[in-house]
Amino acid sequence: MSMYKRALLLIVSVSLASVGLVSFAQDPVLRLGSPISEDQLSEFDLIAGPDGMGFPPGSGTAAQGKQVFDTRCSACHALTGEGTSGRTILVGGDMQSEGSPLRTVGSYWPHASTLFDFIRRAMPANAPKSLSNEEVYQVTAYVLYINGIVDQNTVINRETLIAIEMPNKDGFIDRSQVR
Amino acid sequence: MTQEKLERVAGNGLLSRRHLLGMGLAGAGSVMTNSALGADAGLQIPSWSKFPGPGASAYGNRSAHAEYMQRMAGEPDPLYPGGGASRSPLSSLQGTITPNSLHFERHHAGIPDIDPSIHKLVINGLVQQPLVFDYDDLLKYPMVSKIHFLECSGNSGALLGPNPVNGSAQSLHGLVSCAEWTGIPLSTLLDEAGIDPAARWVSAVGADAASMGRSLPIDKALDDVLVALFQNGEPVRPEQGYPIRLFCPGWEGNISVKWLTQLKLTSEPSQFRDETSKYTDTLPDRSSLQFTFPMGTKSLITSPSGQMELTRQGIYQVTGIAWSGRGSIRRVEISADGGRSWADAEIESHQSDKALARFRLPWEWSGGTAVLQSRATDSQGNIQPTRDAVLADRGRLSFYHNHCIQSWAVNSNGSVANVYV
Repeated sequence: MSMYKRALLLIVSVSLASVGLVSFAQDPVLRLGSPISEDQLSEFDLIAGPDGMGFPPGSGTAAQGKQVFDTRCSACHALTGEGTSGRTILVGGDMQSEGSPLRTVGSYWPHASTLFDFIRRAMPANAPKSLSNEEVYQVTAYVLYINGIVDQNTVINRETLIAIEMPNKDGFIDRSQVR
Repeated sequence: MTQEKLERVAGNGLLSRRHLLGMGLAGAGSVMTNSALGADAGLQIPSWSKFPGPGASAYGNRSAHAEYMQRMAGEPDPLYPGGGASRSPLSSLQGTITPNSLHFERHHAGIPDIDPSIHKLVINGLVQQPLVFDYDDLLKYPMVSKIHFLECSGNSGALLGPNPVNGSAQSLHGLVSCAEWTGIPLSTLLDEAGIDPAARWVSAVGADAASMGRSLPIDKALDDVLVALFQNGEPVRPEQGYPIRLFCPGWEGNISVKWLTQLKLTSEPSQFRDETSKYTDTLPDRSSLQFTFPMGTKSLITSPSGQMELTRQGIYQVTGIAWSGRGSIRRVEISADGGRSWADAEIESHQSDKALARFRLPWEWSGGTAVLQSRATDSQGNIQPTRDAVLADRGRLSFYHNHCIQSWAVNSNGSVANVYV
């Protein structure tokens, strides 16, 4: 074998080996998820966060919300949120009170966005997701109103809701990095 | 083995681990001996040895004589349809794996009846390409199996109350269980969608009527979190999240979202109701701890335990379970005198990370009073605190994330009760 042929053979061998290594190194990666657009998820994705992410169009006032609350919520929460059991109290409480404080939307919840998010995904407890987005805004406004946080004619929408400063907004210590 | 030869390792009757091997009802120290035979009667062939029983079956059941082992479920509350919990019968169970039928439950709006051919898992938010997965497709991914405990952060909360509740291991601590979970590393699916560098959290949402959601830091999501499809070898049970649950090893149970249907990558936590209004702990200064994730280093004597009765004097096996959300269990000590003296228990486990370990130590009860305690140490050196230490650290307004030492008082009549020391 001439030097030339020898060199060529070596090059071809190394090339084949490289190709082989590459194909072994790259395990076939399964990619079985189907692409979907955020628009296609607009009804599915119910997450409404404190930064305003995920809120649907719409608005409502406490005055409007009172009617919805009377018919859809008051059986458990009573007409003005005093509750029908310890589990369903929505108003009152003071974190600085003697003894164990009553923790409610007004006294404890740090973010107003949570109210919209929770009502839309989980309330009423016997028929979750049966309220329209407009009704969720209205009931959110009403629960804020009975806690003395907004007036009964304050229009609650994405922008006004996330701008609300809840009484206990600074009451939490983030432990998420404590491992 | 005679009374004189028993090696005592701590006060009030604790014996050396080496006596575990020789322990039996006939062992020395058993003042009363049981007799399997009636007086003077010979042992007879039992009736079931005289005719053939039923043959093999498609799906197994436990013995009718073992049906006393039940979860303890709360009363239904019409104001909380489907909500509530059931607790594992810890004092009846042995080993470290909880049978799926007896794994504790916690639901926020009941158990959804999910058709896996319709159920979807969506990944969206801060990703390069939002994706939707079918259950059948998820079954094709490479999976891993891990044995891990799961504990509700409300477990043992009653021990922080002002007065000791007359309760059992099950009623006080039954919101912990352990299983082999098999699934897809969450990182695999997140990588397929392509993680936007701005993503810091993953919001996980279930398909139950509450659409229960929790926010999970992205570093944990990429570390050891599973999209779990199997529990102890079979598809995840409906009450555990069929067909898909998130499983976050070592962390408070609620974040292992059941009936998983959405993972949304975000820059900030979504501040769901169940991570603000609930599962947070208020301190004496009225600030509240949020996102308390790893469950504390903890152990519990399951036998003898609350509401049991010791019916004979003699040698008992003190046994229980220990676990830590921050590693494996390296040491369990037992006291029979309310914490004045301690002895190391035998730990019988695979030293699995974030899994239950079983411990045992022989103890001689001579008919006096005793206070039995166990104290765990994990692989990070974390030591289980006393109840007083937890109260000194967190005050009396918190309820969740309690991992204090449990004290069981043994009275001279043999009854065992939850006490504070």
